[in-house]
Amino acid sequence: MRILIVEDDDVLRDGLVVGLSLAGFTSEAVATRSEAEAALEAGGFSGMVLDLMLPDGSGLDLLVRLRARGSPLPVLMLTARDRPHERVAGLDNGADDYLGKPFDLQELAARLRAILRRAEGRADGRIAWNGLVLDPARMEGEIAGEVQSFSPREFAILRALIERPGAVLGKSALEERLYGWQEGVESNTVEVHIHRLRSKLGAAFIETVRGAGYRLASEQTRKIA
Amino acid sequence: MSMRLRLFLILILATGTVWASAVLWTRARTEAHVERVLDARLSEAARMVASLIADNSIDLGAAAEVVDGGGTQPAYAPAADYEHRLSCQIWSVEGGLLGQSEGAPDGRLSSGPSGFSTSEVDGQAWRVYTAEDRDLGIRVMVADTMEMRENLVGSIITALVLPAGLVLPALVGMIWISLGRGLAPLDRVARVLSSRSASDLTPLPDEPAASEVRPLIEGLNGLMTRVASARESERTFTAFAAHEIKTPLSGLKTQAQVAALSSDPATKDRALAQIQKAVDRTDRMVRQLLDMAAVEADGSGGDEAPARVTELLDGVVEDLTSLARVKGVALYTDLKEICVLQCSRPLLLGIAVRNLLENALAAAPHCSEVTLIMQPIEEGRNCAIRVRDHGPGIPADELAQVTRRFVRGRQAKGAGSGLGLAIVDLAMERLGGRLTLTPAEGGGLMAELVLPCVAKQGRSRPAAAVRPTA
Repeated sequence: MRILIVEDDDVLRDGLVVGLSLAGFTSEAVATRSEAEAALEAGGFSGMVLDLMLPDGSGLDLLVRLRARGSPLPVLMLTARDRPHERVAGLDNGADDYLGKPFDLQELAARLRAILRRAEGRADGRIAWNGLVLDPARMEGEIAGEVQSFSPREFAILRALIERPGAVLGKSALEERLYGWQEGVESNTVEVHIHRLRSKLGAAFIETVRGAGYRLASEQTRKIA
Repeated sequence: MSMRLRLFLILILATGTVWASAVLWTRARTEAHVERVLDARLSEAARMVASLIADNSIDLGAAAEVVDGGGTQPAYAPAADYEHRLSCQIWSVEGGLLGQSEGAPDGRLSSGPSGFSTSEVDGQAWRVYTAEDRDLGIRVMVADTMEMRENLVGSIITALVLPAGLVLPALVGMIWISLGRGLAPLDRVARVLSSRSASDLTPLPDEPAASEVRPLIEGLNGLMTRVASARESERTFTAFAAHEIKTPLSGLKTQAQVAALSSDPATKDRALAQIQKAVDRTDRMVRQLLDMAAVEADGSGGDEAPARVTELLDGVVEDLTSLARVKGVALYTDLKEICVLQCSRPLLLGIAVRNLLENALAAAPHCSEVTLIMQPIEEGRNCAIRVRDHGPGIPADELAQVTRRFVRGRQAKGAGSGLGLAIVDLAMERLGGRLTLTPAEGGGLMAELVLPCVAKQGRSRPAAAVRPTA
């Protein structure tokens, strides 16, 4: 779940990146509208947290343009201007949710999860695959009647794999999910996390596709709705 | 005292004075007239008596009676209070009383020669005309009482004053009512104003009937427009300030939550460092908001007093030295060219220079320098205070915008409040100076304050040499 954060205040921007990473999101942060345009051009985001007032233009204009291009990207507007008519303007111009400053980090994470889930067409917050019921809000999963909790990084990788079960994700794609964390991604980090995930979920849950990457094993026996 | 009562008293006093003067004048004129007419009658009567005696057509006693009509039956009965009979005495030249009329007093009416005289006989004042006939050797004296004369004048005046006195209360009432009607437009304005809420600043309704009230209404409406626009800008400012303070606050909150949620000590430490940074920045923003309020409240005007600002600027620079050290920026000052500014509030200048220096320090890259120079320009008429940095500068298309409140440049990267240059601009407006921002030669920004000087001091260079090169 890579999130684009557009916020011009550097303390808040930093707090959002770190705070959302604690909630299991990977994010990339930019400070200006033009940087945001460039990042959106590059793509690869599942959602966007957008500040309304940017030094080089309005976040709302950015959003309107994004929608005019037909992008369905889930967008949560984050702004100090949170009077009802301003919220209405934001929502009517294509925002999926609106949060006034100052906000609660956990509420922001929950709202982000909600709009991302809706964008994926799911009403239930939990994702089920092959006997695992994954709860993104808690970064926990239940498998074979046992509750397993994951570190933010483990969760980020598991989340990436479970988004499209069966699809092969290369090492670099998974590394990208870890991009934005303060420490650099070391060469073996992905392997280390895959190893830990296997020990929690069973060795067969994640398959290694030699030379290509990783994928979740196809559903075998129990299907949990 | 109400305007109505005051006007009423003035009008009553004025009317009363005019009336009293008229009465006094009429009285004086009537008295003079009555005296002339009655005097003429006295002399006529005296001559008539004398001629009757001279013609021997009547004896002396009867002659005296002629004047008061006692001898003949009067054609009409005069009203008792208008009874003003003449009295007559006939004396011989030697001094013997030859005859007198019935109403005449016992004492001699006049001892003077012929002609008019006044005398007091038996406690009554008399007006006497004496006609002397030397051939007959008699003196005929005809007189009437002064009391009678005064009564006559008095009754004329009473006849005049009485109806006026009866009209007076009606006049008073009419004046009072007219004043009320005349002042009604003012009353209406007052009623409209007093029934208004404090926030209602809409224009007052026009009073087409009263052209005197219109300037007042126009004045009030003008004032209300100004108050409304001042209040509007205050409201916008407050709303902006509230919004602007929310961003650093949410930065603080987010970082605090990160510190609380994270189990990693490095992440916690980093969040705490960010919190400190945000507190510093919020502190500066609050200070700038207060500065803004202070500069705004200062108004314009005030006594222009010569002020030496070198010490003040030294103080500002000293305050910022530690900030410059932290940022690794060298802060050079050149305040040797002493200017004496025509500056009533040096504090505002301090605020302005402080904001310029803070901006310059924020923009300056590591290991660069920021310079503050003060020097007289235009042959000492003005003083230039220049702050120059080697930062990214302000793009030309933004130069006009950056002095507006809460406008941040693209290069600012959200570090400032967007108030600094607005404060400087406003302070210059209050001090009668001006702020110019130009790209400095060789990169960076040159901010120049130009303020009026009292007189040229120190060395003054030719104006051209010290003009900004850009």
